[in-house]
Formats: sequence, structure tokens, C-alpha cells
Amino acid sequence: MTVPEAAAGAAATTEDAAPLLSLRGINKSFGAVHVLQDVDFDAYAGQVTALVGDNGAGKSTLIKGIAGSQPFDSGEYVFDGHAVTVTNPKHANELGIEVVYQDLALCDNLDIVDNLFLGREVTKNGILDEATMERRAQETLAGLSVRTVKSIRQVVASLSGGQRQTVAIARAVIWNSKLVVLDEPTAALGVAQTEQVLRLVRQLADNGLAVVLISHNLNDVFQVADRISVLYLGRMAAQMKTKDVKSNQVVEVITTGRSDAIGGITNGNGELK
Amino acid sequence: MSATQTTPTVATEDAPASRLSRISRLQALQILILLVVTIAVFTALRPDTFLTGFNIRGIVQNTAIYAVLGVGMTFVIITGGIDLSVGSVLVFSGVVADKVMVWYGGQGWATVLVGLVAALASGLAWGLVNGVLVAKAKVPPLVVTLGSLSAALGFAQIITKGLDLRDAPQALVNDIGFGNIVGQVPTIAVVAAVVVVFGIVLLHRTRFGLYTYAIGSNAEAGRRSGVKVERHLIKVYAFAGLLAGFAGLLNLGFFQSTTIGGQSNTPLNVIAGVAIGGTSLFGGIGSVFGTVIGLFIPIVLQNGFIQVGVQPFWQQVVVGAVLVAVVYVDQLRRAAALRGTSPRLPFLSRAGGAGSASRKGSA
Repeated sequence: MTVPEAAAGAAATTEDAAPLLSLRGINKSFGAVHVLQDVDFDAYAGQVTALVGDNGAGKSTLIKGIAGSQPFDSGEYVFDGHAVTVTNPKHANELGIEVVYQDLALCDNLDIVDNLFLGREVTKNGILDEATMERRAQETLAGLSVRTVKSIRQVVASLSGGQRQTVAIARAVIWNSKLVVLDEPTAALGVAQTEQVLRLVRQLADNGLAVVLISHNLNDVFQVADRISVLYLGRMAAQMKTKDVKSNQVVEVITTGRSDAIGGITNGNGELK
Repeated sequence: MSATQTTPTVATEDAPASRLSRISRLQALQILILLVVTIAVFTALRPDTFLTGFNIRGIVQNTAIYAVLGVGMTFVIITGGIDLSVGSVLVFSGVVADKVMVWYGGQGWATVLVGLVAALASGLAWGLVNGVLVAKAKVPPLVVTLGSLSAALGFAQIITKGLDLRDAPQALVNDIGFGNIVGQVPTIAVVAAVVVVFGIVLLHRTRFGLYTYAIGSNAEAGRRSGVKVERHLIKVYAFAGLLAGFAGLLNLGFFQSTTIGGQSNTPLNVIAGVAIGGTSLFGGIGSVFGTVIGLFIPIVLQNGFIQVGVQPFWQQVVVGAVLVAVVYVDQLRRAAALRGTSPRLPFLSRAGGAGSASRKGSA
């Protein structure tokens, strides 16, 4: 099955489980601009961790560091209990980290199966093994409870925005990934399609994956996220559990960076730091 | 799976078509019907001469060299590029092969083999030059191959001082150029058919073909998925050059001449065949099978017009009209299919949409 860690994921949702991804004291500068300053960040298996913050807060820089496309300057990067140094996207993929970027980067003229496997095709004696790829594509989509796609041999050009997002997300999880970062997955979608994608995001976490959701839409965040991390001008302003806070409190942290309203900076377990 | 176990409900109703069977639904099918109708009309008008073994033999012989060039051209155009240099590279490779074979001496198969290596190497070299300039230097393919069109022909004329060479070895001329492999089946057509089948498998069944479509569809998506886009583009142009070199040797055998002045329309005829065959000049869509059908149409028309006593120059007029009409109808059909989101039409795409998508930078 595509998500063998699923059963284990259920256990990981308990309160005291160690985070799958743990960043400590992350710094990143572009020239003189100190974009990330001593940032701590945790993401847990089986949970959706929302990463929110205003434009320029450093969200993109943080995920590019996690994905290895722009490695961090300093700080501790612990993944699955091991301290690692992720210096390129391939390395991140090998660890089981996948990022779905905002512009989905799908090939319109290719069908769903081709897109899911692009760059990592299954071949037999140099010939594409279509049967195997179709079967794995079916399994992956079924594992994500995707029912909206008529045929996996449909070309992507004929899909709706929500379906395209689904294909992009499926591509991220087809290789037994453990952590999936979703960059604004609902930004360009209508109401019904947003619902569809949010259900999928929840499904990923329920299947045992750690999901990092970047979003500007707090409705979405409160609907699916277990935890919320707020970046403010390159610093981690707060990490909190969704059930402990109200939407307006999160808005205040996003806009002011001050977390007085929620009782000081927390480490995500509700403890004062 | 976790508690949210679900039954697979995704699209098992229509069995996923394989890549090869999908191409049968391409525009190529309509073009095939057009070709069959054309043949039927000429057969009805000239029942004694048109559909004879002798005449068919002539038609396939005339199509063979174009078909070899067309395979490479199809790949290049699917990436969203173009190769105007194939005619000149064909001439250049023929000249080099001829010179090398004369230097080696003899009229036998060993000489032909040496010539083959020389022709392939010459074609590959020009293909690599094209590929590197397109992929690495980012010069538009139209400009790069217009340049090599001029330069390759210039070098061929420098080598020969502008005079066609006519001293190809007997084995090449008699056995490949005019020979039959069995009965009345011309060797040159069988050789071309092998290249075509190889091209079909390469395009529709391998990673190489898939990446060719991917680059023409959305190069940035390919790059993010781990496709080495530049390297693949170089390979595609090198492949087209290699086939142009091979066609140079076939051409030398068929015409017993390097045909220096006779190939100026070749790239345009080949591109027309590719376009008539349903390959989108915007990239991302196309098939080798369609190209072969698209190349047959002008040659069948010319042959038929001569036989029914129409001035053969009408062929050029008809081909021009067919080319424009076919591409126009195809655009309408794809746009309609896209609105209807029909899953029945493979490779459908808004013309140009892929190109603009690929220019989107990463966030």
C-alpha cells in the first residue's frame, strides 16, 4: 500500500509523541536580510500543522529550507529522530519529504498517471511499465479517498482546479512520503473545491502523514489544522494547538507578532516557554 | 490503512487505454481516412495504373526518406521546437559519406558500412550543435536551425566545390537505393519502416518519449519532477540530426547523387507532413504514426494528379490548403473537447496554453 505507516500514524497522534520534524534555532539570511531568526518549528505525524503569517514573514523561506531547495544557514534539523542536513530537494525526497508548490507544475498534455510518475517512472527493460503505474496510481487515489476523477488516463488539461490539486498532492504521497508540505493548496479554488481539497488534507493526516499547511485563510486552518504556527517577521511568534485558541487571537499574533492574547509564546504543547 | 479504509472507486469502468491504442484516436485517424479517400478517388479514376504494384512501389520509395526525417522532426516539434536544418544536414552527411566511401574504396557492403558510420556521425554532430545551442545557449530553435541550415549546406558546397558527387558505391545504389528486399518490396521503404516503428516505440513506450511530451507540455513541471530538461532537449535534437544523417545515406543511394541543390524545400515538406499528421507546433502533442500519414498525402496527390492529367503543380496548392485546414479544424476540435472535458480525446490541449504555463516561474 502506498501509506504503510498509516497504522503507526494513529499512535503518533497522541499528546506526548515526538514530532516527526523538529527544527531548532533555524537561521537564514539573504545577504544582509535576516529572513529567519532562531526559528523553532515542529510537525507531528498524523497531524496537520498550519504555518501562517503575513506576506514576508518567512513562510516560503522556511519551507524551501525544509525541502532543501534553499538550505538553512544554521540550526538543528531533526527528522524522524535523526539529526540531518538537507542540502538539496532530492535529499529531502529520499527522507520522505515532499512539497506541493502553489503553481502545481503539472503537464497539461499528459494524463494523470504520467503526471504522478513523471521523473520517477517504473520501467521494465527500458519500456514504461504502464500496468504497474496504473495500479499504483489507483491505489494511491483510493487511499486518499479520491472519487472525483473519472479516469486515471484523463489528461490533466481536462481536470478542474480541485482535481489538479488532488493530482499534485497524490504525486507527493505516492512514494511513501512521511511529511507533505502544501503551499496554499486552496488559494485559487471555489467553495466546493476548497472543501474537497481540505478533506484530502485531513485524509493525509489521518493516513499517518505529517502535513504542513501554508495558508492565508484562517477558516481553512481552523477546519483542518491540529496545530498552528505563526511566523512574524522571521521569528516564530507562537506555536499552539488549534483547540486552545480562537481565530481573532491568531489574527492578532499574525498582525502584531505579540502572543500576549494567548498567554505568551508556547511550544505547541501549551507549555509556557 | 487507517480506520478510514475505502474501497477503490477510481475509474475502473473504462479500462485505461494503453499509450499505443490512444494514438489511434488522434487526428492521425482522420488524416488516415483522408488518405484512404484520396487513394480511392485516384483508383476509381485510373483503375489500371494507380493501385498497381509498380505505382505503389514508387510512392513508398518517394516517402521513405521523408519518413526517416519525419520521425526526428516529430520528436523535435513535440518538445515545442523546430528543425529547419534537416535538408542541409542530409546533404552534408551525404557528401561526407560519399567522400569517405570513395577514400575507403570498393563498391561492396564494407564500403557502405563505412559510409553509414560517416553519415550518422555527421548528422549526429549537427544535431548536437543544434541541441546545445537550443538547450544551453537558449537561442530560439528557429534561429539555431536556420543558421545550421545555411552553414551545413555551405560546408557541403565547400567540400564539393558546389558540384554534386555521383560516385556512391554500387552496393548502396543497387541494393539499398533501388533494390528490393523481397519481390517488389523496396529495401529503402523497409529500412524507413524499421525507423518508423522504432520511433513509435521510442515516443509512446519509453521514458525518452514521455519526457519529450513533458518538455513540450510544461518544461518547468518536468524540471521540478527531476527531468533533466536541457540534457533531454540536446538528445532530441541529436536524434533528429542522427536520422537526417541516415537519410543522407539513403538519399545518396536513391538519387546516386548528393542532391546539393535539391533539398531546399525538404524541411518545409517534412514539417508540413508532421503538422498535417496532428503534431502540434506548440508542442506537447503528436505522434510518429500521424507524421507518416501526413507525409504520404502530398506524394499520393502528386502521383495521382500526374496520372489523371492534372498539372502536378496543383499538388502544392492542395497541400497548402490541406495543411491550413487540418490545423484549423484540429484547433476547433481541441477547444471544443476541452470545454466538454471529454476524457475520450487524448493529448488534448489548448494551443499555446502549455507554452504560457511553462514560462511561469517557481513561487
